[in-house]
Amino acid sequence: MSSRDRILARVRAALADVPRTETPEDVEVPRAYDRSRSGPDVVELLIDRLVDYRAVVREVTDVVAAVADALARRGAHRVAAPAGVPAAWLGGVQAVRDDPALSAADLDALDGVVTGCAVAVAETGTIVLDCAEDQGRRALTLIPDYHLCVVRRDRIVRTVPEALTRLDPSRPQTWISGPSATSDIELDRVEGVHGPRTLEVLITPAL
Amino acid sequence: MATFIGMPAFPEASARAVGDAQLRHNLRKATHTIRARRAAVVAEQPDWAGLRAAGAAIKDRTLRHLDVYLERLESAVTAAGGHVHWAEDAAEADRIVVDLVRATGETEVVKVKSMATQEIDLNAALAAAGIRAYETDLAELIVQLGDDLPSHILVPAIHRNRAEIREIFSGRMASWGRPAPEGLTDDPRALAEAARLHLRERFLRAKVGISGANFAVAETGTLVVLESEGNGRMCVTLPETLISVVGIEKIVPTWRDLEVFLQLLPRSSTGERMNPYTSMWTGATEGQEFHLVLVDNGRTSVLADRVGRQALRCIRCSACLNVCPVYERAGGHAYGSVYPGPIGAILTPQLRGLTGPLEESLPYASTLCGACYDVCPVAINIPEVLLDLRAKVVAGDHRAERLAMGAARRVLDHPKWLALAQRSVGRLRRWTPRHLPGPLSAWSDTREVPVPPRESFRDWWARRAGEEGGR
Repeated sequence: MSSRDRILARVRAALADVPRTETPEDVEVPRAYDRSRSGPDVVELLIDRLVDYRAVVREVTDVVAAVADALARRGAHRVAAPAGVPAAWLGGVQAVRDDPALSAADLDALDGVVTGCAVAVAETGTIVLDCAEDQGRRALTLIPDYHLCVVRRDRIVRTVPEALTRLDPSRPQTWISGPSATSDIELDRVEGVHGPRTLEVLITPAL
Repeated sequence: MATFIGMPAFPEASARAVGDAQLRHNLRKATHTIRARRAAVVAEQPDWAGLRAAGAAIKDRTLRHLDVYLERLESAVTAAGGHVHWAEDAAEADRIVVDLVRATGETEVVKVKSMATQEIDLNAALAAAGIRAYETDLAELIVQLGDDLPSHILVPAIHRNRAEIREIFSGRMASWGRPAPEGLTDDPRALAEAARLHLRERFLRAKVGISGANFAVAETGTLVVLESEGNGRMCVTLPETLISVVGIEKIVPTWRDLEVFLQLLPRSSTGERMNPYTSMWTGATEGQEFHLVLVDNGRTSVLADRVGRQALRCIRCSACLNVCPVYERAGGHAYGSVYPGPIGAILTPQLRGLTGPLEESLPYASTLCGACYDVCPVAINIPEVLLDLRAKVVAGDHRAERLAMGAARRVLDHPKWLALAQRSVGRLRRWTPRHLPGPLSAWSDTREVPVPPRESFRDWWARRAGEEGGR
């Protein structure tokens, strides 16, 4: 008998009080919570929540100019970009495409990274990356110290349940709510530990 | 290496902690700060009660059909290219991880904070096999460098203040890798920067990462890790091999169920609307080799207890620690396990069994005020489980308490005996001892013996009725 079989046998023995005819679905789960909600404009809400995390956030109409402007202000001359970020976004900057894949050391030497996003959750100020073409693999948005994320208005939802229904669990995901932070020392919040220490978000019109 | 093995029973350990003024100051500040933050973000969530009820029910569904969900998780992870291993106890889990690391030929691993790997004392097992495990969470790093023990589920170095942390970094970082910068100050910003620099190179060249998981989705095989600093992302993303050690109760049935827990956990835990980073991955990802180690280590014993079973709903948020008047004064170490506070007081004795003085003392490490139950995001009725465990302790041994309760029952059953007993102690009140003799001393060691009233309520009532009647 393997450990697997012994553990499963012990689980079944422990559950001797559960009627044999009961199925998992027989255990009722009351879903008396909101899947969606009404409230303030989602763009305003997202901006408010991102600012609360001390992310830099702006609503823009001209993506190309806004990206160039953000990178110039940051002083980011060489930035990584996943294969699927539109070339137009990167008009004014020297972008290093992650194709072929850059090494960790290469990424560490760059000034930042520019990506899109899969979904943004207004209520929690969260940006979700799912490794689609305009977001790239996970290391890309992890190692560079500056992450510039372009969020289209039609990608913004209000609640966490709304975000999950838009996402595909088979894709690796990173949910990002503000820059990297810690409260481990006397519970004082310090932004910036191992992940990007600066998160900048540009909210653009829907396509 | 510091260890929880051989810790004294809760009363001795907590008495020591209560005498430490610095520790009490650190704990008070931390627990009050974080409980206020939690209260604020929970209050702004209009459907909190609904989420809490759903969270409890989803976990109950999982636990009542855990065998089904374990097999479902296994096949989903395997279908996505991952390897699943099963460990009956800590020793087997350690052996599996050591063998997996050895198979890679590496002698170093990076670790993201995980309760399960602490519970199985994995770092010691790896060290014994010549493998160095580097903790990468800031608080875990402080604990590891200080050869210390964690004292809180969320912020394990909560018992240390900034000056102590500066000392630890300056004195100990060099023997683990990159030394602390010259002239390091105790500004939390500077300390976090020192940790970043110390670990940066280590992350970039790590070949093996070890993690736990907050949730494992049975339906899809997806693992979920919530964190703040980015060290978790580093550990689960960059290494070629990822080993995740996960308790069998961490399962949620479906992808959709995450919509409940991704709202309950961050608000209960750090008091944020959302934690900075959450990583989700399904099986072998981006060319990585992925191993999932499912750990029992006493969980099936907890599952067998119909009252205590609810402790397995726990999502390790630590909200119960932050509101507990006992934790606030005693600190985490007194609980003698990686699970401190109210949840530890019900989890440790169940996982290990009522096997020693520490385990038997833990169900009493509570005032039964119920604050823990109120804040628990999955509605674990901790006081109920504590009382049930106390009954088991008494039924097991505690002869003096059993005799006393037996005598009390006989006296309380007979009004005349009760009146006689009350009058006798009333007359002897001047001779009330400070400490009770013999086995009764266990009770008076931690309490002042109350002075009995001059007159019992029953006598007073009878006298008063008599006086009124005469008027």
